Amino acid sequence: MADNTFMLEIVTPEEILYKEEVQFMVAPATEGEFGVLRNHAPLVAALKIGVLRYKDPVGDEYRIAISGGFVEVVDNVARVLAETAEHGQNIDILRAKASKERAERRLSQRDDNINYSRAKMSLQRSLARLKAAGEKVD
Amino acid sequence: MAGAGVREYKRRIRSVKNTQQITKAMKMVAAAKLRRAQARAESSRPYTETLTGTLARLAGVAYDVTHPLLEKREDILKIGYIVITSDRGLCGAYNTNILRLVTTAIAEDGRDLESGIIAVGRKGRDFFRKRGGVDAEFVNLGDKVNYADAKEIADYVINAYENEELDEVYLIYAKFINALRQVPTITKILPLETPTEEETEEHYVDYLYEPSAEEILLTLLPKYVASVIYHAMLEGKASEHGATMTAMGNATQNAGEIIDNLTLVMNKVRQAAITDEILDIVGGAEALNKGGK
Repeated sequence: MADNTFMLEIVTPEEILYKEEVQFMVAPATEGEFGVLRNHAPLVAALKIGVLRYKDPVGDEYRIAISGGFVEVVDNVARVLAETAEHGQNIDILRAKASKERAERRLSQRDDNINYSRAKMSLQRSLARLKAAGEKVD
Repeated sequence: MAGAGVREYKRRIRSVKNTQQITKAMKMVAAAKLRRAQARAESSRPYTETLTGTLARLAGVAYDVTHPLLEKREDILKIGYIVITSDRGLCGAYNTNILRLVTTAIAEDGRDLESGIIAVGRKGRDFFRKRGGVDAEFVNLGDKVNYADAKEIADYVINAYENEELDEVYLIYAKFINALRQVPTITKILPLETPTEEETEEHYVDYLYEPSAEEILLTLLPKYVASVIYHAMLEGKASEHGATMTAMGNATQNAGEIIDNLTLVMNKVRQAAITDEILDIVGGAEALNKGGK
């Protein structure tokens, strides 16, 4: 283990998406983004739908879209639990765009049959996925 | 004349052999699916364990937290049962055992309350449709258990619970022991009892909580319900394939026995026919000899 890294684990119900040494991580907590470096104090934080960034030991930066959950940091292991998580480079941009447009359309039609909170969540998720994939989102 | 009986047996043996081939193939398919289901269950473990562990720790810190999902109700009017069965048959007593557990649980409850069935899997739905109907159904979910499906079921149940349509919820599924043994199990999932953890002094870590232990705990409760349901669905799927494997193994064996019996009878019939023919010939020759004199 290099002396400036810690272990980042991203765990979803279906798999362990990521388990590697990283230098640095920024997670989208409900109270705003926060960064973690080696020797962080023990912490449990709730996460919202958004993008998690990390830097691998070489210094390359990567993004992962996560759909909320929490992160637990202890003894130089940061374990992120999320219901879904996706590597930015694996995200299908066209699909994410389509689902963003679908969610926006649903939100703009003032229809009683539509579950608003659901459509909003879906919009947030597709925005997070687009951001993780490196697309410019307004 | 002699061939007729033998031919009939040959035909039947061939037919049983065909069936045997099918059951053998189904057994092998079930074995492969069982392995896959077990691998999925295995890969869900880190999530479930971390979630349960964190929840236990949070519950220790935020012990006075209140949430609708944690509250025991005074007046219980309706009990929900989430029944996890298979979509398809040919898996022995798998579904029967689960459904029997549900009906006895309802009968033995003794409080004489209304019960609502949340059927996961077609077999359970069909069963309860004939007996008073189902409140909700989640069928044709396929062999691959998805977390998204579990979440949808959890959302439905949580919603019904919070709207006081249900006052207690139980989960019934077959626990997977091994390919030969699956135990139908019933557990109460709502109101939620947070997992507990015995925290020893040396393991004690003073965490920072953001925003607060209470708030994190509250956001985790619905996820915990979903993960419990997901786990049960994975166990159920593994059990289903285990039961199919056993049932098809037995069927293959039975077919083998039937083939052996039929072959034995067929040979006897053939022998008898040959003996008859010999007797005929001998008799005929005898008669000729006598006539020639």
